[in-house]
Amino acid sequence: MSILGVLSQLLALVLALLLAPLLTGWVNQWRARLQNKSAPGLLQPYRMLHKLFNKDSVMAEHASPLYRTAPYVIFSCMLLASAIIPTISTDLPLSPAADAIALVGLFGLARVFISLAAMDVGTAFGSMGARREMLVGFLAEPALLMVLFCASMITRSTSLTVIVETLAHRDLAIYPSMLLAGVAFTMVSLAENARVPVDNPETHLELTMIHESMILEYSARHLALLEWAASLKLFAYSCVGLALFFPWGVAEANSPLALFLALPVLIFKLAIGGFLLALIETLSAKMRIFRVPEFLGTAFLIAVIGLLVNVLLGVG
Amino acid sequence: MNPLPAITDWVHLDWVLVVVVAWLAIGFMGVVALRRFRFVAVVLFPVGACFSLLLMAVALSAAFSGTETAVLPLGLPQLPFHLRLDSLSAYFLLLIGGVSAGVSAFAAGYFRQGEGTPPGLMCLEYHLFLASLSMVVLANDAYIFMVAWETMAMSSFFLVIANHRIPEIRHAGYLYILVAHIGALGILLCFGLLQANTGDYTFANMRAQHLSPFWASTAFVLAVFGFGAKAGVLPLHAWLPEAHPAAPSPVSALMSGVMLKIALYGILRVSFDLLQTRIWWWGVLLMAVGLATALFGVVFSTVQVEMKRLLAYSSIENIGLMCAGFGLSLLFSAYDMKALSALALTASMYHMLAHAFFKSLLFCSTGAVMHATGERSLGKLGGLMRYMPWVAWPTLVGALACAGLPPFGGFVAEWMLLQSFLFTTGLPNGFLDMLVPVMAALIALIAALSGYTMVKYFGVIFLGQPREESLSHAHDAGSWERLGMSWLVAGCVLLGLFPNQVIAIIDPVTQLLVHAGLAHTVADNGWLLIPVNVERASYAPAIFLLGILGSFALAFLLVRKLYHGRMRRVPPWDCGYPWQTPRMQDTAEGFGQPIRQIFEPFFRLKRHLPKAFDEQPSYKVTLEDPLWYWLYLPVATLVERVSRIIGMLQQGRIAVYLMYSFVTLIVVLLVVKR
Repeated sequence: MSILGVLSQLLALVLALLLAPLLTGWVNQWRARLQNKSAPGLLQPYRMLHKLFNKDSVMAEHASPLYRTAPYVIFSCMLLASAIIPTISTDLPLSPAADAIALVGLFGLARVFISLAAMDVGTAFGSMGARREMLVGFLAEPALLMVLFCASMITRSTSLTVIVETLAHRDLAIYPSMLLAGVAFTMVSLAENARVPVDNPETHLELTMIHESMILEYSARHLALLEWAASLKLFAYSCVGLALFFPWGVAEANSPLALFLALPVLIFKLAIGGFLLALIETLSAKMRIFRVPEFLGTAFLIAVIGLLVNVLLGVG
Repeated sequence: MNPLPAITDWVHLDWVLVVVVAWLAIGFMGVVALRRFRFVAVVLFPVGACFSLLLMAVALSAAFSGTETAVLPLGLPQLPFHLRLDSLSAYFLLLIGGVSAGVSAFAAGYFRQGEGTPPGLMCLEYHLFLASLSMVVLANDAYIFMVAWETMAMSSFFLVIANHRIPEIRHAGYLYILVAHIGALGILLCFGLLQANTGDYTFANMRAQHLSPFWASTAFVLAVFGFGAKAGVLPLHAWLPEAHPAAPSPVSALMSGVMLKIALYGILRVSFDLLQTRIWWWGVLLMAVGLATALFGVVFSTVQVEMKRLLAYSSIENIGLMCAGFGLSLLFSAYDMKALSALALTASMYHMLAHAFFKSLLFCSTGAVMHATGERSLGKLGGLMRYMPWVAWPTLVGALACAGLPPFGGFVAEWMLLQSFLFTTGLPNGFLDMLVPVMAALIALIAALSGYTMVKYFGVIFLGQPREESLSHAHDAGSWERLGMSWLVAGCVLLGLFPNQVIAIIDPVTQLLVHAGLAHTVADNGWLLIPVNVERASYAPAIFLLGILGSFALAFLLVRKLYHGRMRRVPPWDCGYPWQTPRMQDTAEGFGQPIRQIFEPFFRLKRHLPKAFDEQPSYKVTLEDPLWYWLYLPVATLVERVSRIIGMLQQGRIAVYLMYSFVTLIVVLLVVKR
C-alpha cells in the first residue's frame, strides 16, 4: 500500500461524492433539453441536497430504528461501492477487500435495506414499492453478476482493478461476449437506477412508481442521504460500465501524472454516458410493470449467452 | 475388562463419548422429573447446552489432530461398535455442538408450556436426538451407523409429534417417518453393496473394496437417494415443509440446522470416503439434482404464507446449493483437478456451517414470535419490531445471512461457490465446460430470489403496522431465549467476518476427502480471503464491514455537525390519504404475487375469484406442490391397490390360515424333494 495508493483512494472517494450529484444534474439537464423543456441548472442537485439537509426531519410516529438507520446504511453501501470501482486509478487499497461478486452483494445489501425501510411505516405505497424493487432486483442482480462474469472469464479474475488493467492492456479486439454483455448491462443499469423504461425518476404519486414509492415517507436529511445514494448508485453503475467496456485512460500504480490525466478522461466519458442515458430515456416509453420481468429476463439470458460465447470461443 | 485410562490420557473420542453419555443421562433425569417444568427448563436444558459447548471445544481440537478409532464392547456378540473420529466427523461434531448450544439455551426458555408432551419426556427425546446425531458421525461400521441413524429418526419423529393431539401434526409425523424409512432402505442397500459380499460391514473394509463402475454407481445413486430423502432433496422433499411447522421451534431449528447436514454427511462419507472410484457423471447428477432442488425450494419459499413453511422451503433451497457444490467437487475430483475440487468442497462445507447457524436462528425467532402472538400465519403478523426488539434484531441478522448478503456467513459460502463455478474452463469435456457457467447463472438467480424471500419474511413479520389488534400485547423473548439467539447471532457474524479461520478448520476435511486444501493459500493473508491467488479474487469481510461502519459513522456525525439532528414525529403521510388501515399493507400473498405469476408453471394453483354480484366477495388462492400429484399420490394409490390385493389373503377364518400353512408345507416339500 503506497502513499500514492492511499491518495488515489481518497481522491476517488471525494470524486465520487462530488461528481455523483453532478452526473445526475447533467442527465436531468439533457433530458429536459431533449424534451424541449427549459433545463434546470447543472448544480440543481447540490441545492436540493443542501435544502433537504437544512430541513427538520418529519418521521412517522411508529417508525422503527431500522427506518432511521437505513438511509445511512444505504449511503454507506453506495459510497463503499464507488470506492472499490476503479474510476481514475487502479491502485486502490480498498479494492482487494471486495471484488465484483462482493460489489453485487453490496448493491443487494442496499436494496434489501431500502425495501425493508419502505415496509417499515406500513403504508400501502411503501410495501408496494418494496415488492416491486425486489421484483426488479431478483432478476437484475444475477444479470449484473453474469455481465461481470463475462469480463471475469476473459481476464481470469473477479477483482475489478485486475479486470480493468487487463482489459485496458489487451490488443484492441472486439469480444462478441462483451458486446452481448454490454447490451445486458445497459438494460440492467436502466432498471437498477430506476430509469425509463422500467421506472421514472421524475414520477411522483403514480401507481407505476417503484423507487419513489419506497422513499415517499422520508424527508429532510434522510431523504437527502437517499437521494445522494441514488446519485452515487448511478455514478457507480456508470463507472462499472466504463470500467468493463471503455477501460482506457484509467491511471495505474506509481504514475502520479496519469492520475491528473485520468480525471478529464473520466469526466469526458461520464458526460457522454450521461447524454446517452438521457437519450435512451427520452426515446423509450415506460413499460407496464409486468413487462419488467420479461425485460430483465431477456437481459439475464443475453448475459448468460455472452458467458457461453466465451466458453465456445475458448476465451481466457 | 480394561480399566479406564487416567483422565490425562483421554483422547478426543473419549471426551465426545462423555458428552454423548451426559446427554443420555440428562435425558433420563428428565424422565425422572417428568412433570417438573422448572427443573427441566432451568437446569437440564442449560446443562445440556454446557455439554454442547464442551463438544464444540473437543471437536475444534480434534479437527487438527489425527484420526482416532475405538471399538466399543457394546452391541451384539461378535459385532461390536466401531467408532472413528476423523476430521470430517470432527467438523460435523463442531456443527452439532455449536448449533445445539444456542438451541438448547433457547429451548430452556421455550419449553415452559410443555407443548402437549410432558417436559421431561421432551427433554429425553431432545437429548437422545442430540446424542444420536453425534453417534452417526462417529460410526465406523454400518451396524452402529444404522442404529444411530434410526435412533435419530425415531427421536426426531417423537419430537415432531410433540403436540400429538392435533391431527395435522400426527399426519406430518407419519409422512416424515415414512420418507425417513424409505430413505433408510436405500442406505441399507447401499452399505450392502459397499461391503462387496465380504460380510464385513466395517467402513474400513468398505474402503478397501474396489467395486466395478456399475456397482459403484449403483451404490452412489442409492446413497444419494437414501440420504437425500433425509436431506430433503427433490423429489423426496415433501416431508420437510410438513414436519418443520409441526415440530416445536427448537426442534425445527435442530432438524433444519443440524439433521439435514447429517444427511449430507452421509452423502459425503459414502461418495468421497467409502467409494474409491469417482465417475464424472456422479458430479453432474448431484449438481443437477441439487440445483433443481434449490430452484424449486426458493420459488416455493417465496410464495409461502406460513412462517415455518417458508423457512422449511428455504432449507430445501440451501440443501440444494450444498449438493450442487458437492457435485462440482466430485466432478473436479473425477478429473483429478484437486485444487478446484477442494475449493468447491470448502464452499459447501462453509455453507453448511453458516446455514446451520442462521437457519436455527430463524427457526428460534419464529418460535419466539409464535409464543408471543400465538400466530403462525404471516398474514396476521406485522409491526412486531416495536414490541419484540430482542427477537427482531437477531432475526434481521439471520435474514441477511440467509439472503446471502455481505458481510455475513452466507455470503462467504456463496462467494466461494461462485468462484469455483466461475473458473472451470479446462474441464476435458466440452459439454461440461458449457454446462458449468449456466449453473453459475442459476446459482446467482437462486441467491437473488432468496433475498426476495427474506425481505418478505422479515418485512411482513416485523415491519409495518400490526395486522391484528392483539399483536400490541406481544411480549418480548425471555432471557434464556435471548441468550440462545445471541449465541446463534454471534455464530452468523463470526462466520462472516473470519473466513480464513473457518477455512483452516475445513482444510483437514478437504485434505482427507480430496487430498487438497485451501489452508496454504489462505494462511498468511490476515484479513484477506484469497482462495486461489490475489490477482484472481479476494474478499475481506472485516475491512468490508469497517468500510460500511466507518462511512456510516462519518455520514452520521457530519450531518449532525454541519446541519442538525432535529426531528418531529407525526402520523404517516401516505400521500395525504387519511383512511389508511393496516390491512392496506402488502400481505404475505401480495408480496409473493409477482413470483407466483412469473413461476406459475411450478405450482398447482387454485384460484377462487369473487363474482361481481357476490354479497360477501372473497378471494382465495391455494398453492400446491405439483409433485404431490405427479409422484406421491400415484405411488400411494399403487401401494394401496397392491395391499388390497394382498389383503384378499386375509380371510379371518382359522381354517383358511391352516390351509395356507398346509399348502406352503406341500410346496416346500416338493421343492426340497427335487
